[in-house]
Amino acid sequence: MMNMIKKGLPAIALTLSTQTALAMSEHPMWVGQVILDQLEVRDTDEGRVMAWELDAWYGGDFNKLYFASEGERLMAPEEDEEDPATEGAETRLAWSRALSPNWDWQLGVRRDWQPDDPNRDWASIGLQGLAPYWFEVNTHLFVGEDGLSNLRLEAEYELMFTQKLVLVPSLEANLYGKEDDELGVGKGLTDIEAGLRLRYEIRREIAPYIGVNWEKQYGDTADFTRNAGGKTEEGSVVAGIRLWF
Amino acid sequence: MNKTPFSLPRRRFVQGLALGATGLGLSLSPRQLLATQGHTGAPILSGDTFHLTLGGADVNITGKTRQATTINGIVPGPTLRWREGDTVTIKVTNLLPETSSIHWHGLLLPFQMDGVPGLSFDGIKPGETFTYQFPIVQSGTYWYHSHSGFQEQTGLYGSIIIDPKTPDPQPFDREQVIMLSDWSDEDPKHIYATLKKVSHYYNFNERTVFDTLRDFRDKGVLQTLKDRHMWNSMRMSERDLADVTGYTYTYLMNGQSPNGNWTCQFNPGERIKLRFINASAMTFFDIRIPGLDMTVVAMDGQPVKPVDFHEVRLGVAETLDVIVEPKDDRAYTLFAQSIDRSGFARGTLTPDPALSAAVPDMDEPPLLGHTEMGMGAMNHGGMNHDTGDMDHNTMNHDIGGMDHSAMNHDMGSMDHSAMAVPFATDPANPDLAPRESATQHLDSEFGPGVDMRAMAPGEMLADPGIGLRDRDWKVLTYADMETAGGPPDSLHPDREIVLHLTGNMSRYMWSFNGIPFADAKPLELYHNERVRITLVNDTMMTHPIHLHGLWSDLELGDGKLLRKHTITVKPGEKLSYLVRADALGRWAYHCHLLYHMDAGMFREVRVIAKDGSQSMPAMDHHQHGEGA
Ligand SMILES: [Cu+2]
Repeated sequence: MMNMIKKGLPAIALTLSTQTALAMSEHPMWVGQVILDQLEVRDTDEGRVMAWELDAWYGGDFNKLYFASEGERLMAPEEDEEDPATEGAETRLAWSRALSPNWDWQLGVRRDWQPDDPNRDWASIGLQGLAPYWFEVNTHLFVGEDGLSNLRLEAEYELMFTQKLVLVPSLEANLYGKEDDELGVGKGLTDIEAGLRLRYEIRREIAPYIGVNWEKQYGDTADFTRNAGGKTEEGSVVAGIRLWF
Repeated sequence: MNKTPFSLPRRRFVQGLALGATGLGLSLSPRQLLATQGHTGAPILSGDTFHLTLGGADVNITGKTRQATTINGIVPGPTLRWREGDTVTIKVTNLLPETSSIHWHGLLLPFQMDGVPGLSFDGIKPGETFTYQFPIVQSGTYWYHSHSGFQEQTGLYGSIIIDPKTPDPQPFDREQVIMLSDWSDEDPKHIYATLKKVSHYYNFNERTVFDTLRDFRDKGVLQTLKDRHMWNSMRMSERDLADVTGYTYTYLMNGQSPNGNWTCQFNPGERIKLRFINASAMTFFDIRIPGLDMTVVAMDGQPVKPVDFHEVRLGVAETLDVIVEPKDDRAYTLFAQSIDRSGFARGTLTPDPALSAAVPDMDEPPLLGHTEMGMGAMNHGGMNHDTGDMDHNTMNHDIGGMDHSAMNHDMGSMDHSAMAVPFATDPANPDLAPRESATQHLDSEFGPGVDMRAMAPGEMLADPGIGLRDRDWKVLTYADMETAGGPPDSLHPDREIVLHLTGNMSRYMWSFNGIPFADAKPLELYHNERVRITLVNDTMMTHPIHLHGLWSDLELGDGKLLRKHTITVKPGEKLSYLVRADALGRWAYHCHLLYHMDAGMFREVRVIAKDGSQSMPAMDHHQHGEGA
């Protein structure tokens, strides 16, 4: 899957550059965008973690092919017995359709990648767009194997200090409809992640940032983690870069 | 043709306006070799037979070398000087690697000569020569440009002066074309794709936290929040003045950047005719000459009753002839700032080339207001924030469930349906659907491609527009001008067509009636009928709307008409104009903002015989049709 991204990028770039806009939009130009929204290092108790969040799309005004990937990888463990490894990653592929002036809905699939535990596959339906007051909102309902379901809510806001200095508060919450004991996920609200990132847009496409990230688990999920000797709450300082083209 | 046609022009290095005609004599006729040189070095070609060669050349306008499209090797192309009553023949050879075309903007001619690929002809293929031939039935200042792809943005434009058969009623001692344009080092395809990805990409005038804090201090927290509520709940920005800005554009006057300081020399006491042409792809210019009064004598080539003024907003593709009479022995700055104040074009009018005058500071960028939101023109008064609150409540339901009936309040006072002109109808064409009022919105206006609808668009012909309303000097508006000699045609329409200018800023989609060109049917007009076109601007952008091949007689009220080829419609404005469909054929009708046109704000207009006895003239290169 990750290989697919790598191959995908040049292909999109190539298509863009060879695309010729015809007069009068009889054949509307297709456009693609790749947004590496977060590529960052987090300083956590387990060690240094690299985290990423990537979106890409290609298509016209109404229909787009949409790809997303996010995950974390332990880079430099504090204790020697742990190996540098991907802790978890997720990829999504969806067809995105314009629903209204500010909203798209999405139909797709998601795969979770775990290093040791079983991978999980999901079908997804989502609503993505700009809510009043300029909140960027992402809502997804995932339906998985064995009756698993996951509702995810994400919101983000861009607060401009200057034309180039932007503060971005973000919030993500996950709810599960059924316990997944193999992966230690409980029923109900499982986790919340909040972030605050201050970026400086050298160009609009290139913006290094610093910030803080906070994650907390709730309910049975937190119990599972505690019983396994893990931490259920963690704050970290992050530094990274946002890129798009 | 030459098998390697690009090697010659590509090597050429164009500095700003560029190069003159040296070495280009290869493609020039003897007559053209005798052509006079303008002040700028841009040749003026006159006569009745012309050879134009479209090619590529390196230019350096900003310090970086870029490829431009050129006509006879230069940007802007040569000025063509024609005589009313002549028949001109123009052989256009395309040395570009892609199909090209030249459209003669504002000219009445057989549609096959109009130069729009897909409507008039197939376009000029690489290596091909196309011969345009048509009679000149008008006089004045016009221009020509490519109608293919984004070639206009990269330099494919030039000016046209047509001398009248009878002596000019406004004599002058000296004349000068002043062609304004916008240049980008970016590939226009890249600009367009960028707008589709991040529509505010070029806007570096967005509201910041500090603006809000300042408003808290100046207006109070409550009022500030109230004001913000309207914009924020609609996800719109009062700072969206231009899509493409000085961030990527360098604004040119006769091909020169502001640093190049294009200069025109005069003798004090002369009457000078300045022929302003806005040949830019996307930029509205506010033009003034500090210290000098201007008198308008013609707009879009057509003589108007003279009016004195100090500043004018010239829409994309419009032309304006003014007379100035500088008496003092001093220099004057020709200053043309972009509507969003992100840059300016500038030149100098001086008796002595060594002199120049101070360049004014650009104004602060203005803020869009209720007027621009189509909530009632500012001069109607009474549009306080309470009505604003009321309006937006009906406007911000965008996930389906829109109550159409709630949108029908016609608060404006100029409902043309009261005049009982029948609406043009064709059950199969939504553009011609009858409406209860001009401001009623069609079902096609409710979808992902339309992010706002004007509730109470106003009559704004006398409104100078945003950023020019509180000047201490006279700003020329459409309401000030009237075609000289009275109405050029009937005031009474046979039918009316209502079109709403629509778009979605953040998705960068543009259309008429919410329907992009790709999904639209042609508008059919019957030969020789008089049609009223009413435009309602449902967007927060200003759109210059251009109908090819036929005059657009703007209704000023009181039996006055202003004859034009391009009509600028301000945000929140409703206006009407009359069209005599006196030329059979297929005509382009579109917003002249290049990227709006490309995104879909475009229609085909077909002028057909009513009884069907005379079918559409064929799209034939060698047939000149009976349209003109
Ligand atoms: Cu437009």
